[in-house]
Amino acid sequence: MLVNQFLFLGAILFCIGVYGVLVRRNLVLVLMSIELILNSVNINLVAFGAMWHANDTANLSGQVFALFVIAVAAAEVGVGLALVLMIFRNRQSIDADDVDLLKG
Amino acid sequence: MKDFLNSWGLSLAIFVPLVGAVVMLLVPKANEQLHKVLALATSLVVALIGVLLLANFQYDDGKTLQFVVDKSWIPFINSRYIVGIDGISLPLIALTMLVVPLCIIYSWNHFPEPKNPKAFLILILILETGMIGTFCAQDLILFFVFFEVVLLPMYFMIGVWGGEKRRYAAMKFFLYTLFGSALMIVSFMALYFLSDKVPVPGGGFEHTFDMRALPVAAAGISSTAALWIFGGMFMGFGIKVPMFPFHTWLPDAHTQAPTVGSVILAAVLLKLGTYGFVRIALPILPEAAEKWAPFIGLLAVIGIIYGALCCLAQTDMKRLIAFSSVAHMGFVMLGIATLTDFGINAAIFGMVAHGLITGMLFFVAGSAKERFHTLDIARLGGMLKQMPRMGWILGLSAMASLGLPGLAGFWGEFPAILSAYNPGGDLNEGLFRVYMVVAALGTVLAAAYLLWLYQRVAFGLPKEEFADDPHVHDVSFTEYVAWVPMIVLIVVLGFFPNIIFHVTNPAVSDMVSAMGLGS
Amino acid sequence: MPQLLDKVWIVPAVMAASFLLILFFGKRAGTKATAAIGIAAVSICLVFSVVVAGQWINRVNHPPTGEALAEDIRQASGLTPQTPEVVEGEIDAATHDSGETVEGDHAADDHASDGEHAAAEGEHGDEHGGAHASVPPVVRTATWFEIGPIDFEIGTLVDGLTAMMLITVCIISLLVHIYSTEYLHGDVRFTHYYAFLSLFTASMLFYVMSSNTLQMLVGWELVGLCSFGLIGHWWEEKKNTDAALKAFLTNRVGDMGLIIGVTITFFAAGATSFNVLHINEYALSGAANSTLLLVGALCLFGGVTSKSGQFPLHTWLPDAMAGPTPVSALIHAATMVVAGVYLIARLYAVFFEGLGIGSSSFHYVAFIGGFTTVMGGALAFVQTDLKKVLAYSTISQLGYMVMALGVGAWTAGVFHLFTHAFFKACLFLGAGSVSHACHHTFDMREMGGLRKYMKSTHITFLIATLALAGIVPLAGFWSKDEILAGAQQGQENAYTAMLVMGLVTALMTAAYMGRAYWMTFWGEYRGHGTPHESPKVITVPLWILAICAVFLGFLNLPAWFNAPSWATTRFEHFVEPTFAFPAVEHPEFTPWLAVLSTVLAVAGLAIAYLYYERNKGPHGLTHRNAAARAGYTFLENKYYLDTLYTDIIAADTKGPLARAAYWINQNVLDGIVDGAATVFKKLSGVVYRGVDQLVVDGVVNGTGLASEESGQLLRRMQTGKVQQYAAILFAGVVVLAGVLVFVV
Repeated sequence: MLVNQFLFLGAILFCIGVYGVLVRRNLVLVLMSIELILNSVNINLVAFGAMWHANDTANLSGQVFALFVIAVAAAEVGVGLALVLMIFRNRQSIDADDVDLLKG
Repeated sequence: MKDFLNSWGLSLAIFVPLVGAVVMLLVPKANEQLHKVLALATSLVVALIGVLLLANFQYDDGKTLQFVVDKSWIPFINSRYIVGIDGISLPLIALTMLVVPLCIIYSWNHFPEPKNPKAFLILILILETGMIGTFCAQDLILFFVFFEVVLLPMYFMIGVWGGEKRRYAAMKFFLYTLFGSALMIVSFMALYFLSDKVPVPGGGFEHTFDMRALPVAAAGISSTAALWIFGGMFMGFGIKVPMFPFHTWLPDAHTQAPTVGSVILAAVLLKLGTYGFVRIALPILPEAAEKWAPFIGLLAVIGIIYGALCCLAQTDMKRLIAFSSVAHMGFVMLGIATLTDFGINAAIFGMVAHGLITGMLFFVAGSAKERFHTLDIARLGGMLKQMPRMGWILGLSAMASLGLPGLAGFWGEFPAILSAYNPGGDLNEGLFRVYMVVAALGTVLAAAYLLWLYQRVAFGLPKEEFADDPHVHDVSFTEYVAWVPMIVLIVVLGFFPNIIFHVTNPAVSDMVSAMGLGS
Repeated sequence: MPQLLDKVWIVPAVMAASFLLILFFGKRAGTKATAAIGIAAVSICLVFSVVVAGQWINRVNHPPTGEALAEDIRQASGLTPQTPEVVEGEIDAATHDSGETVEGDHAADDHASDGEHAAAEGEHGDEHGGAHASVPPVVRTATWFEIGPIDFEIGTLVDGLTAMMLITVCIISLLVHIYSTEYLHGDVRFTHYYAFLSLFTASMLFYVMSSNTLQMLVGWELVGLCSFGLIGHWWEEKKNTDAALKAFLTNRVGDMGLIIGVTITFFAAGATSFNVLHINEYALSGAANSTLLLVGALCLFGGVTSKSGQFPLHTWLPDAMAGPTPVSALIHAATMVVAGVYLIARLYAVFFEGLGIGSSSFHYVAFIGGFTTVMGGALAFVQTDLKKVLAYSTISQLGYMVMALGVGAWTAGVFHLFTHAFFKACLFLGAGSVSHACHHTFDMREMGGLRKYMKSTHITFLIATLALAGIVPLAGFWSKDEILAGAQQGQENAYTAMLVMGLVTALMTAAYMGRAYWMTFWGEYRGHGTPHESPKVITVPLWILAICAVFLGFLNLPAWFNAPSWATTRFEHFVEPTFAFPAVEHPEFTPWLAVLSTVLAVAGLAIAYLYYERNKGPHGLTHRNAAARAGYTFLENKYYLDTLYTDIIAADTKGPLARAAYWINQNVLDGIVDGAATVFKKLSGVVYRGVDQLVVDGVVNGTGLASEESGQLLRRMQTGKVQQYAAILFAGVVVLAGVLVFVV
């Protein structure tokens, strides 16, 4: 079984995620897009893990790595949402364009 | 004692005034009496050292350097701390050691505005260090250091304690002489690099700044280079002398300087220039000296006549005396330009005599200024009636200045004129005999301006303006104490010139024969 | 009596001590003590001088021989006789003459030069009609200073000339000292005057006993200083100080010549010694450079011209009459002004050989001497001031002395110096006495008829006038006649021009002195009050001098009169040098000349009598005749020489010329200095504003500006928007990935 489809899927999801991170103004949506990126990475990792596993039964690296990523994503969302919450409390807005205090 | 003097005598003589100055720095400014005492004590200690040096000097061996100290100083450029005196430097050092205490005594009750005895006396002491150092130094860099040391104190003395145009005069003095010195140091460096290498203690051969070794080491310098080097030294020394036409700093400096400043300037500082010629320029580069000599003689005699003419046009007494310095140093330079032992002996005697005589004239002028608050000749008069003693002293100084035989000035002028008849080396006799006649004419003009000054200032009746002025009092005690030694010396040297000639003659004869120009 | 000839320096030392005493203690001691010190000192000096003269006469009568003679000759040439061959030759010649031979060191080699020398000495001896051994002067020297290899000496030289001068100076000085006690009684600076009198006497004595020209120069200038101080004695008035300055400065101009002359003779004679005899010996030796001698003699004569009042530097003498009259008598008649004549007399070999006196009939010195006599005499006619008449008379008589030396009549000139001192001093002191009586005026128009009131003054003045005019047998006749004889006979050729000038002046002298005499002592008294005779303190010196004027002439009685040899030409015998002295022909007494000069003198007196006393003759000529008036004005303005010297030369030098030099100093030289300073200031301004501020600082500022601008540009990238940063980040990653994949 070829891994290409999964990679395509991962790439498409990645692009959608990047699009969301870069363009969306709502910070929560940005966070969701980051989740999407991470998940696309997970698909990539699992696909390649399966490919390796087919050659070497003991190799479960891809799946393990994907579990790591899920855990990290969860942590990062927690922190990220906390930040968004603080920004909302202080700025009354979660529009990314409004948070430009570091403008030079 | 002799050993102590040999190793420490000159260094003490040079640096004791500096030590005194440092001590005075620590004493608070308000303690004026202590300052005066300290300064006087320091200068008297130096004078005492001078007396010891005079007593222990081997007069028969006057041509060798004595009390020599030769220590390492700046090994990188082979400049050493070398001091030593011979018959040429000794009279000048004695003159310096005499004049400074007298100046301090004179100033005892008369400090010029703005009175600040501490600063003023410290400057005098630093000047003394510089002057004695210059006369003792036997290394070119050491010489240069001391030569320049005298500039700053004098600049301040003129600039702070001087007359109305003091800023201009001080700046002019400083920059003009510094300009000459800049050319001079270039010459020194050229000498250093172009002369042969000499053996150094510790092995090896190096270029040297040692004035004792340079006459031989510099013999190989090409004649064109030697001419240029001499020219640089000529500028440095000639501006200081001062020679025509580089003399214009002198009248302003003298007129604006406080009395004691003028006295030290006239008595000693001008001699640094002529001493430089005799000590450095002539022995190290004799062939170049021979080529430059006619030109120097020309400028000298022009200076004699020109200085005298300018004197006749003056309306301020101090400025007149300043121009008379130009004329007198013309005689000294003429003596040097003849490159004979007659001429150079005359020059050194003339230096000492001029120092004493013009010093006296400036002292009298200063006292007159203090009493009349003006030195405008048109407003002065009748000094012999109001202040007879001062009038007599002025008369004696004037007579000495015009070269009356029996007083010191004659022995500076007559042998110079005599030497011009028969100059040394291959110098053109006809040219120098013309110089001789012109110099003789200069004596007539000297009598003219001095006696005319005396007639207007001392003879006649006092002007109405000052006739009843109670400030116009005769010579005071401090003035007497300051003046009597100089007056006595002027008279004694006039009758016993051998006091100086005996000292200078061996050294000068040796120097002239070492120059190897023939006669 | 110990040999004072060796220690004659004591004499000026006594006077110098007197000077110092009076200078420092005179004011406190009071006028009487001051005068006493001065008079005592001069008296001691006079006694010493007489002793010296006596010892010299003794020496001439019993000249040293053998070793003593040899030693004297060696001493005479000073400390560094660089011509030992000449000296040894002289020793041989002299000892041969005296009959005892002393082996000179180079006797064998020098017989040739010996022979010449002996011949010269031999001729010399024969002239006197008696064996006249060469008597060297007594010379004692010590080292004064050393320059180079040479020891220069200070010392004394005593011979007949010295002794004569010593006595003359001391006598006149003593009489003047005594006279001044009355004349300057109550003067504002009595002690000052006596101090200067002492100093002058000391200097003059120092001068006449000098052994070398350098010392003579010192003495010469010192007497000039005293003259300055004494002419300007009453310096409250400007005209007195003007006269003093004029005297000093005119003498300084002449001193130029003196200094150069001393230099030339020093170098010509081998550059080893200033010793007078050394120089004379050189001049007489065959090896002398005649051009140098000529130039040297003329330069020395320059000094003589000013000091001894020769044309054209005589103008200071009449003005010097501003000083007190005793000073005029001492300094400007008897002693100081003859210093120049003494110089020629002392260095006669230089003048004789240099000017060729022996073989010419006309030369500069003789001409100037003669011209001066005429010129001075002419000016005496237009003076109304009695002292000025005497001053011009002095100039004229000095001319006689110089002329005499110029024609080779050495003894005549020196003898005239001697006699003139006495009768001229008498005349001056007499004038002082007259003025004392006439309320201190010297204007002859306010005098007259004084013979009735002042017998002593009148008689002494008359005697002195007759002596000056040259009436036989007074002193002036003998000396003046010898001068005229000297001009008439000359050496090889007669100096006819000088003779004519001398005779003309003889006439003039009598005439103008007669004029002065008749205007002063005859006629009616034209002043106010009644004049009376002066006290004894004044008249006794007058009598002494007058008696000297009568009898001193006989000291040089010519041989023609067939008197015994102890009475003939005594002056010449003892005073004229016999050592290092050229062989001069002595003039013989010429009766017709003597008669002629006396006739002229009497005629002059008669003319004066007729014109001034009897008012005969062309009075008022100057009003009627333009030429006469022009001539008179010319004389009145002293030939316009004073105009030339004072108004043109001196005024232009101290005025426009001096100002021009000072203008050059301030505007040209200082202009260059200040201009250099201004140029540098401007240049520094340019450099500062143009280069430093604009360029250098511009670069610095520009750098700052550049960073600021670029910062402004770059800040636009900082939007503060995280997504934009992320976008850029992502783009960068894509680029890097592309690079990674496609390039690497």
